[in-house]
Amino acid sequence: MISNFKQALNSGKFVVTSEIGPPKGTNIEQMLHHIDLLKNRVDALNVTDHQSSVMRFPSIGGCLAIKEKGGEPILQVTCRDRNRLALQAELLLAHTRNVRNVLCLTGDAVPVGDHKEAKGIFDLDSVQLLRTIRQMETGKDSGGNDLNGAVEFCAGAIVTPEANPIEPQLIKFEKKVEAGAEFFQTQAIYDLDKFAKFMQYARQFPVKILAGIVLLSSARMAKYMTDNVPGINVPQDLIDELAGAPKGGAIRKGIEIAGRMVAALKKDSICDGVHIMAINREEVVPEILALAGL
Amino acid sequence: MKSITRQKPFSEVVQLLDRFDRVYIIGCGTCATMARTGGRDEVLEMKNRLQETGKLVTGWTVIPTACDEMTEAAARENEGAIKNANCSLVMACALGVHRVNSYLNNKAVIPALDTLFIGMEDSPGNFYEACAQCGQCVLGETAGICPLTACNKGLLNGPCGGTNNGKCEVDKEKDCAFTLIYQRLKEQGRLDLMRKYHPPKNYQVVPRPRIINLG
Ligand code: SF4
Ligand code: SF4
Repeated sequence: MISNFKQALNSGKFVVTSEIGPPKGTNIEQMLHHIDLLKNRVDALNVTDHQSSVMRFPSIGGCLAIKEKGGEPILQVTCRDRNRLALQAELLLAHTRNVRNVLCLTGDAVPVGDHKEAKGIFDLDSVQLLRTIRQMETGKDSGGNDLNGAVEFCAGAIVTPEANPIEPQLIKFEKKVEAGAEFFQTQAIYDLDKFAKFMQYARQFPVKILAGIVLLSSARMAKYMTDNVPGINVPQDLIDELAGAPKGGAIRKGIEIAGRMVAALKKDSICDGVHIMAINREEVVPEILALAGL
Repeated sequence: MKSITRQKPFSEVVQLLDRFDRVYIIGCGTCATMARTGGRDEVLEMKNRLQETGKLVTGWTVIPTACDEMTEAAARENEGAIKNANCSLVMACALGVHRVNSYLNNKAVIPALDTLFIGMEDSPGNFYEACAQCGQCVLGETAGICPLTACNKGLLNGPCGGTNNGKCEVDKEKDCAFTLIYQRLKEQGRLDLMRKYHPPKNYQVVPRPRIINLG
C-alpha cells in the first residue's frame, strides 16, 4: 500500500505539509482543532516527537488522531528517547494503524529540554534508523531476526541547507539518501537564491525536497533565530520589512512573507514542495496557503 | 590522564554520615590532590568542618595513590584509628573508594567526591574526557577524535542538525565533534571515511558486569 503522501510526492504536484505540536498534558482539544483546520489543506501533517526535548503527548498519539479524522500523518521519530527495540516496536504499531510515513530524526540533545537530568539514548542515529526501516521492510528486524509481517513506510529525513560548515552536513545528507530516505524536509530557509543553489546540488539525487518555511512573527524573533538557531539566516531586508510593519502588524507581515516565499518556490519549481511550521500559530497556515495561491 | 573528581556538597556528606559519629578520613595524593578535591589541604578542611558539626575524627591519612595496592599497607598502618571510627570517608575518586572498600569490608566506606570522568590534559589545568571505554574503538576512522565522548549524543554517522558554526548544540563554547573530525580527516586526506556508514554500535562487547580474567 503506497501512502497518500507518497502518492502526492510521486505525482509531480507541489506538495504541502505542515506540523502539529502535541500538548503537554491530556488536554488534546487544541491539537484536535489544529488537525481539523489543516487536514484538508495539506498533503500530510507531521506530528513532532518531544520537540526541543520537552516531554509531551507522543507523536504516534497525534498521528492516530489525524488518522481517525481522515488526514494523512507523518510520524516523527527521534532517537533520543528509545533504544532500537522500542523504536522498532513503534514502527510495528504505526504500520498496523496505517500510519505509513516516517520522518527520521536524531533528536535534540537532552540538556536543551525540560528534563535536563534524563538519560539521552541515541542507541541509533538517524541514518541507522532509516536503514533499520528498510531492513524491516525486507521482513527482518535490525538484529536479523524474522518478522511475522513486514513494515512498509515512506521514510524521510531532514537537511540544513545553510549549515556552517556545509560539507559535513552534505555528506550526512548523502548518507541518508543512501540509507533509503525518499524525502527531505529542510531547516527553515529565507534566502531563495541560496536555496536554489542547494537545490541544484540536491537535484542529482532521487529524492523529493520540501523547503522548510517557518513563520516569522517579529523582527526580534527573526534576529533571535539568526543568532541562535543552527542553519537559520534571515536576510537583513526581511528583518527590516518586519521592523517596518505598523505596530501590532508584524505577524501579518510574517504571514505575507511566508506566502510570498511559498508562491515563489512553486512558481519557479525550485523544489518539490514546502513544509510549513507555524509553531503555536497553526491557525494561520491556511492564510499562508491562500496567499501562495494554494 | 587523571580521574577527575568534584567534592560532593557538604550537606550531602553530612547526610551520608548521618548515622556515624566517629569518622576516619582518607585522601589521595595523586588525582584528587591535583584536582584539589582530596589532597592534604582538603582533608584537613574536611576534618575541621566535620568536627564543627560534632563528629569525632579519629584520624586521617593521604594515601599516595588510593587506587593501587599500597592502600592495603596504609590501611594496616592506620589500623588503630580506622578501627576506632565507625566509618571511613574517602576523598579519592571512586576507584580509590573501591580499593578502600576491598580492605575495610566490615566498616562503612563513604565517598566524599563525585567521580566525573577520566580526563586528559590539553592545556594546563584543562581536562577533557577522551575515552568512555565503549569496548569497540572507532578512533581509526574518526581521525583520532572520539565521537562517543566528544559528541553529546555519541553519534557515529556525522553531525546532528544542532551543530552551529562548528559548535555543539548543548554548549556554544564547545566544539562539535564532527566539525573536528571533518577538519582533521580533510587535513589527512581521508575525508572519504566520513562517508562510510557506521552500523549500530555493539554495546555488549563485554556485557556488564565487565569482568575479564587475563591470568
Ligand atoms: S571509540 Fe571512544 S569511547 Fe570507544 S574505545 Fe575508542 S576512544 Fe574510547
Ligand atoms: S552538535 Fe555535534 S557534538 Fe553536539 S550533539 Fe550535535 S553532532 Fe554531537
